[in-house]
Amino acid sequence: MSNIKIIEERCSGCGKCISVCPFSAIRLKDKKAEILSNCNFCGACIEVCPQQAILMEEEKKEKDLSSYRGVWIFAEQREGKIMPVTYELLGVGRNLANSLGEELSALLLGENIKEQAHKLLYYDVDKVYLIESPLLKTYRTPFYTRAIVDLAREKKPEIILIGASSIGRDLAPRVATRLKTGLTADCTDLKIDKEKRNLVQIRPAFGGNIMATIISPYHRPQIATVRPKVMKKAIPGKISSGEVIEYEPRFTQEEGIIKVIDIIKEEKEVEDLQEADIIVSGGRGLGKPENFSLIRKLANLLGGAVGASRAVVDAGWIPSYHQVGQTGKTVQPKLYIACGISGAIQHQVGMRNSEVIVAINKDPCAPIFNIANYGIVEDLHKFLPVLIEKLEERKKLKV
Amino acid sequence: MEIIVCIKQVPDTEELHKVKINSETRTLIREGIKNIINPFDENAIEEALRLREKIGGRVTVISMGPPQAETSLRKALAMGVDRAILLSDKSFAGSDTLATSYTLAMAIKKLGKFDLILSGKQAIDGDTAQVGPGLAEWLNLPQITYARKIEVNEKKIRAERTLEDSFELVESPLPALITVTKEINEPRYPSLKGVLRARKEKIIIWTAKDLKINEKRTGLEGSATRVIKVFTPPSPSGGEIISGETSKVAENLIKKLEEHRII
Ligand SMILES: Cc1cc2nc3c(=O)[nH]c(=O)nc-3n(C[C@H](O)[C@H](O)[C@H](O)COP(=O)(O)OP(=O)(O)OC[C@H]3O[C@@H](n4cnc5c(N)ncnc54)[C@H](O)[C@@H]3O)c2cc1C
Ligand SMILES: Nc1ncnc2c1ncn2[C@@H]1O[C@H](COP(=O)(O)O)[C@@H](O)[C@H]1O
Repeated sequence: MSNIKIIEERCSGCGKCISVCPFSAIRLKDKKAEILSNCNFCGACIEVCPQQAILMEEEKKEKDLSSYRGVWIFAEQREGKIMPVTYELLGVGRNLANSLGEELSALLLGENIKEQAHKLLYYDVDKVYLIESPLLKTYRTPFYTRAIVDLAREKKPEIILIGASSIGRDLAPRVATRLKTGLTADCTDLKIDKEKRNLVQIRPAFGGNIMATIISPYHRPQIATVRPKVMKKAIPGKISSGEVIEYEPRFTQEEGIIKVIDIIKEEKEVEDLQEADIIVSGGRGLGKPENFSLIRKLANLLGGAVGASRAVVDAGWIPSYHQVGQTGKTVQPKLYIACGISGAIQHQVGMRNSEVIVAINKDPCAPIFNIANYGIVEDLHKFLPVLIEKLEERKKLKV
Repeated sequence: MEIIVCIKQVPDTEELHKVKINSETRTLIREGIKNIINPFDENAIEEALRLREKIGGRVTVISMGPPQAETSLRKALAMGVDRAILLSDKSFAGSDTLATSYTLAMAIKKLGKFDLILSGKQAIDGDTAQVGPGLAEWLNLPQITYARKIEVNEKKIRAERTLEDSFELVESPLPALITVTKEINEPRYPSLKGVLRARKEKIIIWTAKDLKINEKRTGLEGSATRVIKVFTPPSPSGGEIISGETSKVAENLIKKLEEHRII
């Protein structure tokens, strides 16, 4: 068994290890460091210990992983339409496949979607595995898991990438657990360690306060879910080069004991947010719910969508599907205007990849200004009406 | 109805973001940060209590973690759950979601018959949202993730599952595993009576031996992933502050946006 321990004679009780431990797994007992059972063996403590008093031994496992080859991406579709995250996976998947010198394949599951499968071939993909069945029409955990696991057991891919959507994050842990392999959630950066052929997975944790680098050294396939709107989309080429390979699913109706009875669509606005080019967001600085009318007005004028911080969603000022951030949506518009939002890290992680960020906040020390391209230190009640007026004037002039 | 709720003790990340980064070493300063029940798990506890109030039964909370996780289990008892079990053993250390879900599954097998497992949609430390579905897989159960509403009748459960742009109304036979979002309810505060009871109540502690587990499947040994590095993201230096008279600032901003060809 792997082991980590403190060499007590060396430990000076300085506590440096405690402050770097991301898991709160070290405490001081009788002036000596003690490692608790929630230790994750990340080794952060070992690096900072001035006394070299921390010792870690990890059992070496040698496994032959060489029969696993190639990169797969899960091509998510809803109602027969390929979801945008699929193109992002094709983009990053291609880079990984090139670094490994292997093929890139897409996995498409659904009903009557041959045409979509052939369209995917224009995105520089070597193979599209197509599995069609009425049972795969809409996403259902058991059938999708079974189809992917069966194929992965047979073809042995090295890497499987899945979008970190509400579907992908439901599916990936089932697939990974059935294959008894590693899964890293919601990655924002992926690379290849060429020497060991490991997928180097980088992801935010602790609400974006820290980033972690994660590998699965002894397991294949290496599975990762990838945060939507972070990776660059693959661009379609003029020719289709690869091939579509059709595959028969092996499951039966009985395996899917969960029924989807209905799909409830709420207001259309929900879709708009993640695809919007411009987002105007409001936070607690608005003062009261009625003031969202200012945000709406500005958004309308710019042809954009309305976003919100969690504080105002929790306060019931606006429905939760407007929420941007760690527990809301990740967005990447061309323009993000944050009005009366402090810019807590949990909010930032959902919007910091926007092309241009404008922040309006009366507190010059608000953290949102750290990531804003243009900061405006003003009272929004004073500033927004003026901005709206100027934009309206400009519009009139243009017509 | 036998309900099991999986809860995790986590550092309060709301506290964490307030200045808790040492600018010199670029590492987190965690002193003084309190440990709490993962917020979504409180929603899971609340939902279990409401189901018990409606149709009767028993609620058991399980947590795998270091001995100090006991405080979170006591809080669950104070909220009103019937039993609290702590899975604690040195050999569980270093578990990733694969090993954690395995270990929880072994504990649930030891508990025997149950109708429903509830968990939070994700833990706010790792933010993985993988332990719930992983646990369902080990136990071969149907799962409904991201539920914002559930209804139980007879041997069936109906839930509204949250998708990006819609909600699915899903029906599953029991037993099943459901992960819940914060929209599902407002967790209660422990009553004074509850707090007093929780102080006296015994917390059941199970070790690796009690669970008859395969030691190769738990802890670091049973984990497929390795965290090889943690670092604080570089803090951006900020952009340009546009200042001056309000109408000039507005004009200036519009000009900038035009330069970016956004408007
Ligand atoms: C697990 C977890 C997950 C979370 N997930 C999310 C998430 O997904 N999204 C999210 O947004 N948050 C999230 N949060 C919450 C986050 O930490 C913050 O609490 C929240 O973002 C704050 O919202 P706010 O900026 O609107 O409010 P505040 O922090 O209160 O900021 C209001 C700002 O408005 C400014 N202001 C006040 N009056 C005016 C005025 N008249 N004119 C101009 N400016 C004014 C103030 O200076 C202040 O900076 C999460 C927290 C946790 C613990
Ligand atoms: N160590 C643990 N003990 C008990 N439950 C856990 C543990 N880790 C995770 N869970 C449960 O699984 C959910 C998802 O956690 P995670 O996959 O870590 O995001 C949490 O909300 C808990 O309900």
